[in-house]
Amino acid sequence: MTTLAPPLAPEPEVEDDEGPLPQGRRRWVPYLLLLPGLAWLTVFFVVPMLALASTSLQTGSLGEGYRLTWRFATYSDALSTYGGQFLRSLLYAGTSTLLTLLIGYPLAYAIAFKAGRYRNLLLILVVAPFFTSFLIRTLAWKIILSDDGTVVSALQAVHLLGENGRLLATPAAVIMGLTYNFLPFMVLPLYASLEKIDGRLHEAAQDLYANAATTFRRVTLPLSVPGLVAGTLLTFIPAAGDYVNVQFLGTPQSSMIGTVIQSRFLTVLDYPTAAALSFILMATVLVMVVLYVRKVGAKELL
Amino acid sequence: MPSSNVSADLHIQQVTKRFGTFTAVDDLTLTVPAGSFFALLGPSGCGKTTTLRMVAGLEEPTDGTILLGEQDITRLRPYKRPVNTVFQSYALFPHLSITDNVAFGLRRRGEKQVDSKVEAMLELVELSGYGKRKPAQLSGGQQQRVALARALINSPQLLLLDEPLGALDLKLRRSMQIELKRIQTEVGITFVHVTHDQEEAMTMADTIAVMNQGRVEQLGSPAELYEHPRTKYVANFLGQSNCFEGTVVEHVGDVTAVDVHGTRLHLTGRHGAPGRAIELGVRPEKAVATTGEHGMANAVTGTVVDVSFTGLSTQYLVRLPWGQEVSVFAQNTGAEHRVLVGEDVAVAWRPEHTFALGAPETVSLEAPAVAAR
Repeated sequence: MTTLAPPLAPEPEVEDDEGPLPQGRRRWVPYLLLLPGLAWLTVFFVVPMLALASTSLQTGSLGEGYRLTWRFATYSDALSTYGGQFLRSLLYAGTSTLLTLLIGYPLAYAIAFKAGRYRNLLLILVVAPFFTSFLIRTLAWKIILSDDGTVVSALQAVHLLGENGRLLATPAAVIMGLTYNFLPFMVLPLYASLEKIDGRLHEAAQDLYANAATTFRRVTLPLSVPGLVAGTLLTFIPAAGDYVNVQFLGTPQSSMIGTVIQSRFLTVLDYPTAAALSFILMATVLVMVVLYVRKVGAKELL
Repeated sequence: MPSSNVSADLHIQQVTKRFGTFTAVDDLTLTVPAGSFFALLGPSGCGKTTTLRMVAGLEEPTDGTILLGEQDITRLRPYKRPVNTVFQSYALFPHLSITDNVAFGLRRRGEKQVDSKVEAMLELVELSGYGKRKPAQLSGGQQQRVALARALINSPQLLLLDEPLGALDLKLRRSMQIELKRIQTEVGITFVHVTHDQEEAMTMADTIAVMNQGRVEQLGSPAELYEHPRTKYVANFLGQSNCFEGTVVEHVGDVTAVDVHGTRLHLTGRHGAPGRAIELGVRPEKAVATTGEHGMANAVTGTVVDVSFTGLSTQYLVRLPWGQEVSVFAQNTGAEHRVLVGEDVAVAWRPEHTFALGAPETVSLEAPAVAAR
C-alpha cells in the first residue's frame, strides 16, 4: 500500500486546483455556448429583418434608386390591394392544417401505440418523401391530378366529378397539395408526444371507470398537446407563406400571398410592397400563433 | 366513507394465463375473504402481478373464472369493475392536479359532492393542502399516498396494490406499511397486495399466498407460514431455514422420529411412514449453539466455522460432520455465552420448532382458518 500512495497523492491536489476555476468559468460558459447561435441569428435574422423593414418604408424605382422616406402608406396600400390573397392564404393554410391534423393524429397514434415492431418502418415511411425534393413531389401531383389523368377519369366514372370537372387548378388541389406536403411536420411532433405517454396511464384511467373514448379525451389528448401545438405551428406557418403548391396546382387567379410576395420581389421588382406584405404576413402569423398557444394552454412553448 | 358497495369475497377459480408458450398463472384457485388484507408474495415472474391484472381486468384469463361475490367478472371491462388499483410507480396523471387525480374516478361515474369527498380523502392520507399541486411536485411517498387516495375514494369492493411501496426507500417503506394497515382497518375494504418483499407482506397482511411458477405454494397467516412452512421454497423465501434430509424411523405418540446421518431428530406431529425419506427444517433463531447442557430433544454436533456479530444477534455458522453447514442466530441479550470459531458445539432445538417439508404437489391448498391476530 505504501508504494501505491505517492502516485495517488497528486490527484486530489489537481482537483483542489480546479476547484475555484469552474466558479469563474461557469459564469461564462453559457454565453460562450450561445455565441455561435447568437451570431448566426444576428447575421441571418436580425440584419435581414432590419433591411426588410427599411425596404418596406422606402420609395422610388429601380431606375432612380430607392430612398428611405418612411412611407407607411405602403402597408395600407398593400393590404387593400392584396387583402383577398391574404385571406385566401390563411384559409388554405388553416384548412390544410386541419386536414393534416385529422389525417396525422390517427397515424401518429397508431405508430406510437399499435405498430409494435413495425414502428420504425412506419416512421421511415412518414419521412421518406423528404428524400425527394419538395418541388418534384408537387410537380408529380400536377401530373397525377391532370385533366386526362387516371384520378380525374376515375372520379368522373363514378360521377363524383362532372363530365368537364377537373381537379387541377382548383382550390381543392392546392389544399390537397399543402396537406400532402406538410403532413410529416404534423405527424412527427405528434408521434414524439404520444410515444412519451406511459401506457400505464391508460390502464389507470380504465381502472378509474373511463372507457376508451373518455381515456382518450381526458388523458391521451391533453398529454399530446405539446406535439399538437408544435405540429399545427410547423404546418400552418409555412403553409400560410407557401407559393409552390398554388403555382403548380392552382391558378394565377386564386394566388396566395406567398405568390404575390414572390412576384412583387422577383418579377415586378416592387420591393417596398413585397417587404410590407412580408411584414404583414409575419405579424399576422405571430399574433395568431400567440393567441392559439394561449388558448390551448401550452405556455411552455412561448 | 360512503360505502355504497358491500365488500364481497373474491374467488379465483382454476385460472390460467398463458403468454404464447409461457404459462404465467397455472390453474390458480384462491379465495380472498371480504375485508381481509391479502398478500400475494413471490419473486418476479411468479405470476402474482398477472393474477392481480386479471382481477383488475387489464389481462384476460386464458382459462378459468373470477368471481366477485356472486358476480362473474372474468370478461368484464376494467372500467366496469368495482375494483380499483394502486399501480406500481403510481401512474398518476401528470397533467392533472392532485385534486383532479383523486377526483378522476368520481367524475367518471358522475358522482355529486366531489370536492368534499376529495378533501376528506386527502385528509385520510394526510395530504390536506396539497390539492392544487401537480404530481411531479410531490415526493415519492406523497405520490404513493395520492395513488392510494385516487383508488380508495371510489369505495371499491376490492383494492388492488401492485408493489405499492417498491419505489420508496426503506425508512419510508416501513412507515407506509403501518400507514396502509391503518387505512385498511379504517375503511374495511378488501386489500389484495402484490409484493416480492416478505417483510412487507408479513407486516401488513392477514393472509399471505406464497406464489411460485404460477401456482400458490402455501397459504396462511404470516405466523403460520413462518413457523410451519410446508415446502422448502416457502421455508427459504420467508426468512432463513436449516434443512435436513433424513428417513422416518418411527412414530412415538404424536412425535415423529427421523434419522439424519445417524442422528435421531424429532418433530411434533405424525409425518410420513417409517422408512420413507423426509426433509426437516428449523429456523436459525430457534436453535442454540452451545458447548454445555441444552436439555433439548434435537441436537446435532459440529464445528463453528464462522461467527458474525450483527448487533441485534450473533450469527454462527456450524459445519456438521457430513459437510452441511447450519446457521444459528443467538439473540444479543447479554447473558449469552459466546462460542468461538473452531469450537465443537451442539446445535440444539425443540421438536415443536421442527417442521417437515414436502414437495409442493403433496401440499393441500385448503385455506387454513385464519387465526385472529
